Amino acid sequence: MIGKLKATVLRNRGFTGALVLFAVLFITYQSIHPRGFSTAVLVQNSNEVVALAFVAIAQTIPVLIGGLDLSVGAVMTLTNTIASHVVTGTPMQMLLGAVLTLGAGTMFGLMNGLIVVYGRIQPIIATLATGAIAIGLALILRPSPGGDIDGDLNWAATNAVFDFAETYGFADNGNAAWIQPFVNIPVPLIILLVVALGVWLPFKRTVTCRTIYAIGSAEGAAHLSGLPIARAKIAAFTLAGFFAACGGLYLAIQTSSGNADLTQAGTYTLNSIASVVLGGTSLMGGTGGPIGSMIGAFILRIISFFFRILSIDPLLQPLIEGLVLLVAVSLGALRTFRVKNKLGLFR
Amino acid sequence: MTFLSFSKPADRPLLIALLTTLVILMVGTAYTLTTQGTAPLLTPSYLLQQLQIGSFLGICAAGMMMVVLLGHIDLSVPWTMTAAAMMATSVGGPWAIPAGLSVGLAVGLLNGFGVSFLRIPSMIFTLGVDSVLRGLMVAHTGGFAPQTKASPLMRYLAADTFLGIPVAIFVWAFVSIVIAAILTKTGFGKSIYAVGVKEGAAYLSGIRTRRVIIGSFVASALCASTAGVLLAGYSAKAYQDMGTPYLLPAIAAVVLGGTHILGGRGRYLGTLIGATLIVFLNSVLSIMQMPESYRQIIYGVVIITMLLVYGRGKQN
Repeated sequence: MIGKLKATVLRNRGFTGALVLFAVLFITYQSIHPRGFSTAVLVQNSNEVVALAFVAIAQTIPVLIGGLDLSVGAVMTLTNTIASHVVTGTPMQMLLGAVLTLGAGTMFGLMNGLIVVYGRIQPIIATLATGAIAIGLALILRPSPGGDIDGDLNWAATNAVFDFAETYGFADNGNAAWIQPFVNIPVPLIILLVVALGVWLPFKRTVTCRTIYAIGSAEGAAHLSGLPIARAKIAAFTLAGFFAACGGLYLAIQTSSGNADLTQAGTYTLNSIASVVLGGTSLMGGTGGPIGSMIGAFILRIISFFFRILSIDPLLQPLIEGLVLLVAVSLGALRTFRVKNKLGLFR
Repeated sequence: MTFLSFSKPADRPLLIALLTTLVILMVGTAYTLTTQGTAPLLTPSYLLQQLQIGSFLGICAAGMMMVVLLGHIDLSVPWTMTAAAMMATSVGGPWAIPAGLSVGLAVGLLNGFGVSFLRIPSMIFTLGVDSVLRGLMVAHTGGFAPQTKASPLMRYLAADTFLGIPVAIFVWAFVSIVIAAILTKTGFGKSIYAVGVKEGAAYLSGIRTRRVIIGSFVASALCASTAGVLLAGYSAKAYQDMGTPYLLPAIAAVVLGGTHILGGRGRYLGTLIGATLIVFLNSVLSIMQMPESYRQIIYGVVIITMLLVYGRGKQN
């Protein structure tokens, strides 16, 4: 049992490191926060992390095949503006709107995949271009920020389980005995975990997913082994579109509006790459996974939470954020000290 | 004149990009002829003015190409430009330009060190350096536009004319000649291509790959800081985020010019044509008063379409 655990930990060094770093940062943060370990703080923190976590998950899957999706932030922005138009009206209409939003993001991801596979354009440059298209569409849909998303939905999705139950009047407005153990869990965290694990864990068992990892390790070998390369690549970008759309939909519900913000799209894309690296996924592809990137996104966000409670000069914040990011990714350099043959460096 | 020949099959993208540039100019002219009855796009003064504004992008793209040829990328261009501009304007006087360029030198050495010695993927390391530079500049300026002015020499280089031609175009031409000469005439240039094709093989052939990588990143950062200093001279001041609009067009210019994004293949002439294409595409779109939304879409569609037309990647 211990031996098996040790093997798993050693095999997932990056992921374990990220988890430990997150645990240390989280516990330190909650301990020095004047209202630490309270539902209010936890709810607020989870709200701020969900969109980035979804975009980081989206970024991971193309990275696993050794590609990169520079359009995830733009697709998130596009679906955010779509959601701000369609997620409104009766509950049924809102549900349809949400499905439409997620479908649009998935379709955009599918288009990325088709361009990469059949157009044979390098992912990084193809998604750079499609990202511009997504931003353009978002600007057409929302020339200025706005939108009208149901207030109940906004309240229910961005608070604790108790408020969710109270809003929709089930489980005795959140007072029933069976729901008590869960009332303090933030709803955004549940949404994130249910969607991420609910999609990723079943997918992980498929041949397509194994092919994604195989492409990242050695595309030639995967091809010669008769694995479905084209299908796996298309699936990777399609899933990226889906998860980016989840981020966009959540952002729309959270802010009750849509905003075609070019800078925001760029920041999310760049932060998603940073989260992926922090979460232990190699940019060369083949190792890592979306759950690690989710932890990476948590780490990235929690660093900025620290600025609020430690009285750091706001002018120094971007510098500290940058330095932390640079140092964190430089930890990857430790690999170079383990390489025995100098040629091993050139992988 | 091997520099201007298009004989090899690998030069097809260059020809296509050149033809596309001409088509863009023709579409723009047709538009102005039908709406206003004039053809301002074809007047020398307008073309020169567009190229003057485009020279900042052209210089960034020249530096970016040195890094892309290695199979790497330099995402620290935006804040290298901004930091160089801010340092140049705050030092001022005769030392303004050396101050700006030394920012570039320092950033290039740091990027090169991280990528070659620490072996961190350039994509993420230069991104980190970019955010550190941004942090430094925010701390330096307090987050506001600095109250400093460009020196007279910076003004002259960026905004003045010599023999009726904007001086900025001469600077661009000078940078172009230097980069093209490095790539075609020197051992360093050949090493860049070798490292871009396969770093392990280049290392085994006795090329000091680490120095080559550092040299390329220094070249890229020097070009970015030159562009930043010129842009500050053109606008007479430095401002926050001044470099951000140049990153993606610079990468696009390099790729549209036929340089392979994974490294090892590409000619400087292509980058020159790619930069010109983007400059004219921008100016035609602004003549048409295209809203930002459609601009972005057209931009994306043009890049995708052109890359689809270029022989595309080889099937393996």
